[in-house]
Amino acid sequence: MARTDVQLMLDVKAGDEASFELLLRKYRTPLVNFLYRMVRDTAVAEDLAQEVFLRVYRARDQYAPSAKFTTWMFRIATNLALNSVRDNRHRRMEISMDQTVGTGEDEQRPLEVPDRAPSVEQELVARCRAELIMKAIHGLPEKQRAAVLLHKYQELDYDEIAGVLECSESALKSLLFRAYETLRVELAPLVNNSVRA
Amino acid sequence: MFGSKNSGKQCAALESKLVEYLDGRARPAERHAVEEHLAACADCRSRAEEFRSLWSALDELPSISPSPAFDASLRSRIAAEPARHGFWEWMPSPRLVFAMTALVAVSVWLSSTPRFKTIAPSASQSSQQSPANQAAQITAESDFGMIRDLPELENFDVISKFDALSELSVPAATSTPEPRKEAR
Ligand SMILES: [Zn+2]
Repeated sequence: MARTDVQLMLDVKAGDEASFELLLRKYRTPLVNFLYRMVRDTAVAEDLAQEVFLRVYRARDQYAPSAKFTTWMFRIATNLALNSVRDNRHRRMEISMDQTVGTGEDEQRPLEVPDRAPSVEQELVARCRAELIMKAIHGLPEKQRAAVLLHKYQELDYDEIAGVLECSESALKSLLFRAYETLRVELAPLVNNSVRA
Repeated sequence: MFGSKNSGKQCAALESKLVEYLDGRARPAERHAVEEHLAACADCRSRAEEFRSLWSALDELPSISPSPAFDASLRSRIAAEPARHGFWEWMPSPRLVFAMTALVAVSVWLSSTPRFKTIAPSASQSSQQSPANQAAQITAESDFGMIRDLPELENFDVISKFDALSELSVPAATSTPEPRKEAR
């Protein structure tokens, strides 16, 4: 039977580096994606994901399985992402005060869409839709954004997400409702004429 | 109308349950309550449909993969970490431990010195001071000056210049932990 994350982490604590490797392989892609969707910058997302693993590694001696491993890991990731977003906002404000030339959104890279779209036109449409979604998610308040990412894309349980965001489950549920309500309005063009091909 | 007001309340109550109903995690009792309301309320029914359609739109967001350098970069960051935490890592730095020990030693030494104890009365009876008392006060003041300076006296060489401390500093030094040079 496969070892649970908690068991893997306890093995890391006992000095088994291979178990850390397993956790890394299991969670690097989810973490990079979660962080990328939080901060909208691939380089920053990778750096933060490495920081998460580094902190997990550093904490191995003190590790006590009081919560699910993913709750703990995503709490570290969320805090790092929120700090990064806030730092970046400060930096941007300073830059815009220095330069007064709008440097707001120009560093955003277009999304890489997997090359399953057969035609250039379809690929363009898919890219367009993905960018709309990314922009709408990024427009959410940070806590709502994290909640949606953890609920929709990481598929964590409510108690886990509430643990990550340090709020009650009922607060989380209304947070999620408000977030999806905003997205429903923002993404109305995708939602209403979403003729499934 | 009374009817629409009542259903408005139910619509508001649905808000907290709709997400978990749609993602299939609602408990049976709540699921039935939501289904009952959706059957009766067209507005909520269409909102539920739009949420479903929103969620399948959200699925279109592509995933990215970590760059090929991700693991190597992480490994080098881990390799740069200090060795496992030992007991001494939880202790303050040896210099700080030494300074604290020296501070305690000095205060013990000063409080056990008789002339230190004469300061308080001599200060209150300043009108009838004998020359001997004045001399004691001057030395005591220089002692106070030394205490004031102590936080800066982390350096062993500086402290050992005080003759009275030279014998104290030897046991104090042996009680401090050795710097873990080999671990770094
Ligand atoms: Zn309704």
